[in-house]
Parts: sequence; C-alpha cells; structure tokens
Amino acid sequence: MPVRPTAAPVLLATLLVATTLTACGSGSGSDPDTVKVSFKQSTDNSVRVMDTYLGEMKKQFEKANPGKKVELVPIKAPDSEYYTKLQQMLRSPKTAPDLVYEDTFLINSDITSGYLKPLDPYLDKWSDWGQFIDTAKAAAKAQDGKTYGVPDGTDTRGLWFDKGVFAKAGLPADWQPKTWDDVLDAARTIKKKVPGATPLNVYTGKPAGEAATMQGFEMLLYGTGDGTADPLYDTASKKWVAGSQAFKDALTFVETVYKEKLGPDVTDALDPNFATSVRGDLLPGGKLGIDLDGSWLPQDWLKGSGHEWPAWSRKLGLAHMPTQHGQAPGKVSMSGGWTWSIPSKAGNPALAFEFIKTMQTKANAQKWYIANSGIAVRKDVAADPAYTQAQPGIKFFTDLVASTHYRPAYPAYPKVSTAIQEAMESVTTGDSSVDKAASTYDEELKSATDDQVTRK
Amino acid sequence: MSVTTKAAPPPLRRPAPKVASPHRGGLLRSAGRALPLTPAVVLLLLFLAGPIVYCAYIAFTDLQLTGQAHSSFVGFDNFREAFRDDAFLNAVWLTLVFTVLSSLVGQNTLGLALAALMQRASKPVRTLVGAVVITAWVLPEVVAGFLLYAFFRREGTLNAILDWLHLPSQNWMFTLPILAVSFANVWRGTAFSMLVYSAALNEIPKEITEAAEVDGAGGWRRMWHITLPMIRRSIGTNLMLNTLQTLSVFGLIWVMTRGGPGDRSQTLPLFMYEQAFQNSMIGYGTAVALLLLVVGSLFSLVYMRLLRTEV
Repeated sequence: MPVRPTAAPVLLATLLVATTLTACGSGSGSDPDTVKVSFKQSTDNSVRVMDTYLGEMKKQFEKANPGKKVELVPIKAPDSEYYTKLQQMLRSPKTAPDLVYEDTFLINSDITSGYLKPLDPYLDKWSDWGQFIDTAKAAAKAQDGKTYGVPDGTDTRGLWFDKGVFAKAGLPADWQPKTWDDVLDAARTIKKKVPGATPLNVYTGKPAGEAATMQGFEMLLYGTGDGTADPLYDTASKKWVAGSQAFKDALTFVETVYKEKLGPDVTDALDPNFATSVRGDLLPGGKLGIDLDGSWLPQDWLKGSGHEWPAWSRKLGLAHMPTQHGQAPGKVSMSGGWTWSIPSKAGNPALAFEFIKTMQTKANAQKWYIANSGIAVRKDVAADPAYTQAQPGIKFFTDLVASTHYRPAYPAYPKVSTAIQEAMESVTTGDSSVDKAASTYDEELKSATDDQVTRK
Repeated sequence: MSVTTKAAPPPLRRPAPKVASPHRGGLLRSAGRALPLTPAVVLLLLFLAGPIVYCAYIAFTDLQLTGQAHSSFVGFDNFREAFRDDAFLNAVWLTLVFTVLSSLVGQNTLGLALAALMQRASKPVRTLVGAVVITAWVLPEVVAGFLLYAFFRREGTLNAILDWLHLPSQNWMFTLPILAVSFANVWRGTAFSMLVYSAALNEIPKEITEAAEVDGAGGWRRMWHITLPMIRRSIGTNLMLNTLQTLSVFGLIWVMTRGGPGDRSQTLPLFMYEQAFQNSMIGYGTAVALLLLVVGSLFSLVYMRLLRTEV
C-alpha cells in the first residue's frame, strides 16, 4: 500500500539535507593553541617506545612554548589498517590532525590525493634541514619536486645469521657472502649438516605482505644489473619495467630456496603470522641459520619490550646482502622509513612544524633513533660515537645507507607490490614456473599502472 | 527499500471525519498521526537508507582512498571490471562453496540433528550439550577465529590428535583452507539452528507422533513424513537467516587465513576488503559489496518460495 504524502517526508528531507550539510561543513573547530598529533601505536601492548618518546616531546614542547598544547591521538592498528584509518581522517577538515606520521610507502599516494601540505616554505627557514642526508630528503619528495615530510630515521636490510648454527655447519663466524650463490651454498651446507634448523628465510607471498616485497624480493632485484638503474621503475620514461631478465633471476632465487627446501616449510612461510615467529621464536631459539631481514629486529629484543633477548648480539652475526654476481657496489640494501607530515586540512600547520623542530633537534632525534632501533638520517647523529656505540649492529646498518635503494613509492606501488607477492607465492608453492609467474606479473603490472609499462 | 516502507506509518482507515473540507483536515490529521513516528523514520533514513544510497552511488564512481585527486562517475565500469576479474569470479565461487558447506549442509543439518537428539536426551545431557554448543556461539568472532586457528595449525590440536592416532598430519589451513574455515563456521554457528529447531520440534503435538508410532511408523519414517513437513517453515526461516549471516562472515576467515594461501579462501567479503582498503579502490570495492547484496537476495528469494509453500 503506498504511503500517503504527509508533512513528515518534507520535514525529513529538510532535516536530512541540513545534517548532511553540517557534516560536510568547514571549520575544523581546532583550538589555535593545540597541535593534534596522530601516530601509529603498537598493537603489542608491551611495546610503548613511541608513546614514551612522544610523551617526553610533548612535555618539552609545552615547557618551551607556554600556552601551547600538544594532543596525542594514537591510532592502534596494524600497518595496513593504520593507513586506511589515517586516509579517512585526512579526507575531512573535521577529522584531519595537525601532524601525521606517514610511511614513505604511501606518502606519494597521499600527496597525489591532496592530503598533505608542501613543507618547503618551512624547510627553507630551518637550518637543521641541511643535516639530513640527500637520499632521506628524497624519500618524501613528490614528483612535483616539493617536499612533504621530515623523515625521522630510516631502515636498512641485510643478512642476520646464527653463529651457533654456523659453527655446527662448519661455516665461518665472520661470514660474508660475495654472490647469491654464496648465500645459497651456505644454506645448502646448513641443510646437510644441521638437521632441524631452517637454513635460510626469505619472506614470500601475499600473507607476508610488504615484507615479502621489500625484505624478500627487492633485496634480490636491486642487486641485479649495474646497481645504478632502477630495475622496477624507469625514471626517465616514468614507466614501470616489465619483462626483465632481472625480475626472472630474482624469482629463480626464491624458487630455488623453496624448491630445494632451503627455506622454511612452505605452509609456515605462507602463514600470515610468520614474521612474528621469526623474531620471537626461530631466531632466539637458534632454529634459523640465515634470515634476510631488517635493521629493526633488536627493537623486539630490547629491555622492557616483552621479548627480552640481550644475548642476541653474541649469538647473531651480520652480513650485507651481496649483489647477484658480486658486481659493484658489492652490496645491496633497501630503505623505507616514516616521516612527519602536515595534512593540507590541518588547522595549525605552523605550530605543527614547530613540534617537528622540537622532535628533530639533534639530541631528540638521536634519542629516538636509539629508542626504536632506527637508522640515523642526520649526518651529525650518524657521526656521533654515542649513537654508533649505543647498540650492536647500529654501525653496520648505518653504513649500508650509502648503498641503499628507495622504492618507487608512487601511487601504483601498493598494487605493484601485491603483484610481486603473487608472483613470489606461485613459485614458492610450485604452482607455476618462473617464466609463467613473470608473464602473469607483466599482465598484472599493466592493469595496476594503467598501462604505464616499458619492456626491458 | 522494504525497510523504509515497513517503518512508514500505515494509513489508518477510520470513519470519515465530519468536517467541511475533508481533504485538508485529513492531511493535517495524518501529519499529526505521523509525528510520533518521525524520529524513528529520521534515524532509519539517516543511518540505514543514507549510507546504502551513498554506497550505491560510490559503486558507480572510481573513488579511491588515496592516490587520486578527483573521482569521477564511471557508469557500469566497476561491474564490468568485476566480471572480467578472475579473482572476483574465484571469490564468488568460494563464497558459494563456503555458504553451501557451512550453512546449508553444516549448521543446518547438524543443528537439526542436535535438536532432534536432544528431544530424547535426559535433562543433564541436554543442559550440558546445550551449554557447550551455545558457548561457541556467544564467543566473539575474532576469539573463535583464534581458537580454530590454534586447532587447525601445524602444531595444533587436530594434528596432535591425528599424530596420536598414527594418522598423517598436515597444515589444514594450507592444504584445505576453504574446508577449514567452513568447519570453523559450522562450529561457531550451529547453536543458532539448534535453538530454532528445538523450538520448532517442541511445537509438534505429541498426539500426532504417538498416532504415527501406533500405526507402526519407524523413526526415519516419522522424521520424513511428519516432523520435516511440520517444521518446514522453520527450516525456511533458519536457512534464510543462516545464509545471510554466513555470506557476510569476515572476521573468522580473516583471522584464520586472511583469505589465503593465495586466494584459496578469499570469499567475497575478504575480496571486497582487499580491493577497497588494501588496494584503496573504494569504488570497485563498493561495487563488489553491492554484488554480494545481490547474491544474498537471490538466496533469500529461493527461501521465500520455500516458505510460501503451505503444508
């Protein structure tokens, strides 16, 4: 039965329009004396590194700037959900904070969306900016040449190995492979001589997510060729690289690891929680020979982290990841990291930049790098013995910054990364050959990048 | 929009008002009568119809969460894209498998069997079984997911039992992911069917069963010829609610397998999540959500027909 027209619908419509309009209205309503800071809070309750540090910065800032306030807005979520939540907040002036913690993985994408403010006017007047190394400055630089974030450190990657397992396998305690084959040979030796230990871990497949792409695949891919050209993205033509031999070589390495059973059991490697077992169980338990992984691992083993393991520096050795055939520069590393950025809809951008300055005084930056096992991007800190000696391994990973690569983190990158993970996964499980996986990737790449593809 | 129609005031037929201008008076009167309902209708429109309409609109745009300065209207592109996308078709297939296995076959049959058995059981057994089954049901989805992850994983309970029986063990979430999550859903959701069927079975008059028994009908015959036809309506209702619930299961699968390995347990809700929030393609993800709605209504239509048939 049709509903008879009454005054109610009219009233409703008016109300609806009114509410919608108010919701979309401008006026962030933010207090001009308060800086709202959004950051990623660890999902592990025992890890409070960032909370503690920001709490201290808040105190310093409020003391130095009487009348001004810092409001910390933690977002407690795993990486991928943090991005989603943040992007939703950045869409509206009502919810946009004044300062956000952005992963360089997605910063270009957020810049393209118009979520962030260029910082050049502020940076020009800030003397400390000269202390930042060039590669780090580039990490938050968009295709328009403007800079949208101040990096608070970076990370590098290399080979962690268990000295105990190596001793049993008769391998040297100061191991340093020169080529990919050296790495595989060491793994084969471990497989033969140390039953029960997983010889070599290379993260793979979609469940591992970006860890598979960056710690796994790209650490291989960027070690091919002459080390100058980007094997993933051609900067000159602004196109993504398809059909390269380098891509197949890197896939072949992954295939070899899992086909010869040098890696973890495939079903474990494809468990979404595998990275947690590597850090919390396999490495501390002496059950893993070689782990291709990031500089931040000790963060989990620090005092008060919940998984204390102070003996790691005696039990584990570090080697840099070699290039494919040992060609110059001999080693390879990938870097990412996070930056502090100001949303374009922020209410108090100037005050927010003042807070960045507070966090990035030399002393405070140094404190932060040490607290979170980060790698310095400030020259003055990198040269300070108090920093390099603060933790075993810091010097090793800081030295890698010279030969590190940044991902082509353009808007299409997250989709390209997923396509890489799928290619890795299909050779890991043995579902497809290297050639088949590579050609599937080429197809995926076309649709992920709107056909911005060049063949090499 | 059956929801809004349901909530709108039904025009009441009362004796015609004896006023000079009946039209104007009637209008005022019905406005007056509708007034108390206004808040409810406003809320429904705002929080139910509003988002649905907005969603339907987004499904026709190329809106992205990030990586795009402006979105535009793209017509049916998202839907065309979905049907060309192997991953989408795979998700549709897996959703059907998951729904048929865990809802139609699993929860429904098991629930009926449990209810029938409990009719005969002694009171303590009934209480105990009921408590166990209902505990699984009231657990939050994520907690249930973790429990079953622990049950199926390589060092999990299931494999421990198999080892003890000298049977080969394996990583179930890797070898048979869709079966593992279906089983998990059966484990979690059977209680609902059991409750529905217990109520229905209690409604069957004792005399009918007794008469059949006197006529010499055995257990199976009584079930087939008397019990099932008499609870037909409950079966329809239960199937419909169960299916709709199962179609939207997300947390359970997410916790256990994240749709993997590969996409071998990626049902439509997980596929939608991946597209919308991991690949940032909100427009496409919403289109997939709308298609999921269509799948749900197709199932509902089938059950409605089943319900309509009178005994």
